[in-house]
Amino acid sequence: MTQAAQAVPETATLAAEPSGSRRRRGRTGYLLMLPATLWLLLFFVVPFYSLVATSLFDASGSDFRGYEMTYAWGNYVDVVEAYWQPFLRSLWYAALATGICLVLGYVLAYAIAFKAGRWKWLLLVLVIAPFFTSFLVRTLSWQLILSDEGFVVDALQFLRVLGPDDRLLATPVAVVAGLAYNFLPFMVLPLFASLDKIDPRLVEASSDLYAHPFVGFWKVTWPLSLPGVVSGTLLTFIPAAGDYINAEFLGSTNQRVIGNVIQGQFIDANNSPVAAALSVLLMVLIVAMVLVYVRRAGTEELL
Amino acid sequence: MPPSADTAATGAPAPAAPDAGPGGSDGGLRLSSLTKRYANGFTAVHDLDLDVPRGSFIALLGPSGCGKTTTLRMVAGLEVPTSGRITLAGQDITDRRAHQRPVNTVFQNYALFPHLDIYENVAFGLRRRKVRDVESKVRAMLELVELDSQARKRPAQLSGGQQQRVALARALINEPEVLLLDEPLGALDLKLRRSMQIEIKRIQVEVGLTFMHVTHDQEEAMTMADTVAVMNGGVIEQLGAPAELYENPRSTFVANFLGQSNLIEGRVLSRSADVTTLDMHGITVSVPTARTHTDGDRGWIGIRPEKVLIGEEGADLDAPGNTVPGGVVSDVSFVGVSTQYLVRMPWGQELQVFSQNTGRTRMFTVGEKVELSWRPEYAFCLDINQDAAAGVDDGETR
Repeated sequence: MTQAAQAVPETATLAAEPSGSRRRRGRTGYLLMLPATLWLLLFFVVPFYSLVATSLFDASGSDFRGYEMTYAWGNYVDVVEAYWQPFLRSLWYAALATGICLVLGYVLAYAIAFKAGRWKWLLLVLVIAPFFTSFLVRTLSWQLILSDEGFVVDALQFLRVLGPDDRLLATPVAVVAGLAYNFLPFMVLPLFASLDKIDPRLVEASSDLYAHPFVGFWKVTWPLSLPGVVSGTLLTFIPAAGDYINAEFLGSTNQRVIGNVIQGQFIDANNSPVAAALSVLLMVLIVAMVLVYVRRAGTEELL
Repeated sequence: MPPSADTAATGAPAPAAPDAGPGGSDGGLRLSSLTKRYANGFTAVHDLDLDVPRGSFIALLGPSGCGKTTTLRMVAGLEVPTSGRITLAGQDITDRRAHQRPVNTVFQNYALFPHLDIYENVAFGLRRRKVRDVESKVRAMLELVELDSQARKRPAQLSGGQQQRVALARALINEPEVLLLDEPLGALDLKLRRSMQIEIKRIQVEVGLTFMHVTHDQEEAMTMADTVAVMNGGVIEQLGAPAELYENPRSTFVANFLGQSNLIEGRVLSRSADVTTLDMHGITVSVPTARTHTDGDRGWIGIRPEKVLIGEEGADLDAPGNTVPGGVVSDVSFVGVSTQYLVRMPWGQELQVFSQNTGRTRMFTVGEKVELSWRPEYAFCLDINQDAAAGVDDGETR
């Protein structure tokens, strides 16, 4: 009954609002959207159209002879047959890196949000600090860290974790580690934003209601942080699945991911239709996975 | 069905016996020498002793920063005492963690779980303790707080008053040894607050549990609790039934924080077993010795504004007792049930007088000469060394 009482004044103010000002507000909205719309049109819609078109060109064409639009849907079948391995590898590496980022990032974000006290903002700056140097430079320095003569390999060999001839560089371990390192901040920031919003009194209430701290975490903190988990995993998984720098510098030919193949086809093999078909396929695959994931996570209820 | 049959076992909810002494604890809550000192050196609670008999309703009343919430949080296990012990139902629970204590809290601003519906919020404690029959218990509890039709809604979809009742139900359903209420009505508007006060009191009588209520609202404390502990600066200034505290305050803080008081300086002339006689700016007045809380040769003579009678100069007053002539009305405010006067006395002080509008006396106007009087048994006498303005501005609902 109290609800109904509350609802009445709300509708009353809405109705009382002069409709002219609302129309003007609508126009302002469209005007504000204009720059971004133009930008997307120019730099997303047009290139995307061109990409899809290229993927349907006759694959036997080349930059010298020119391409012919033949609606070659067969391109897609061909690339799946030829490159399904790097495709799966991409998704697998990205999933592993996302998993590692989630575990490390959650602990870090939790500590920053709840335990850091007055160091909170300094720690957040430190999380972002790696962005001050280039992505390439950071990945190349991992080459040094993981190199056969590096201290990491030395230490692991000393501890007999690695055999005398084993190495880290040019293995899946190096590639996944590189991915996890590079995308960790993308996981930490949304997780922090979610965790920081949680009222600490809710955790107190759960322990007041007989929940052991672990149970309280699982029943209260975790579900309330799900929006951060979802956006963090998306922000990590999507770029990680398309990344080829880590595989290029930290892996070998055995760790080639789909990004390497696309780059090779576009630049070295000069086979644009194949590269375009691979790109479109990757995009469609990721969008499909994201849609399923967001549906399953059901986070819209939480927001 | 009320969740507890305690009332049947112990008779009617025991009226609190504030001075029950060490033997008076019948399995209720007992705080002994409880102290909380924070890392920055601030002592929030200082050497506090308190006995809360089972089934009673106690209110910790005081201005913000007086240590009442810290005391409550120590009982809940959300704050670790620096020293002292907490005993509940005969067991020392000082070292138990919050989730191991048979105590539940209604939090300020409720702290309802936003991702769970009302039903699951209320069922939370039962599920954690793996209690059987969750369904029927939750249904019964939601019925008690009249929210059975809202079971599948989220907290954000409810009004403030409804959320308040969910918070109450979520705590009550666990049948705690002590239910702690941390300013539970602070966020509600005045009218709703009044009805919730009566509602909570009704539920307390019905379930027969021990309630400990923290508030800065003196009216709320007096309406709901059967014992009120007035706290100030980390200590309990005075403990007792609301009427007792109001009628016989022992310090200027209690006299001013609980209602309003006129405090007039006086010099002690004589003391006997029954009556203390004082000289109040040349007028001899008497105060019962039982209400004289000072040993010095001077004191604050206290009288509540509604106990002061106002009459025309020289007229016969119907209250035989202390009569103070020579007043001049300096302010009149008519508030319907009563008229509030400010009367300037010959020694310069303005006294407050509340006069019931019974129709038997006429209203006075500003500038009129009047005579005040009060029955000696209503007066009290306090230590002159205490600040006469202590607690005046701390109450919020004046």
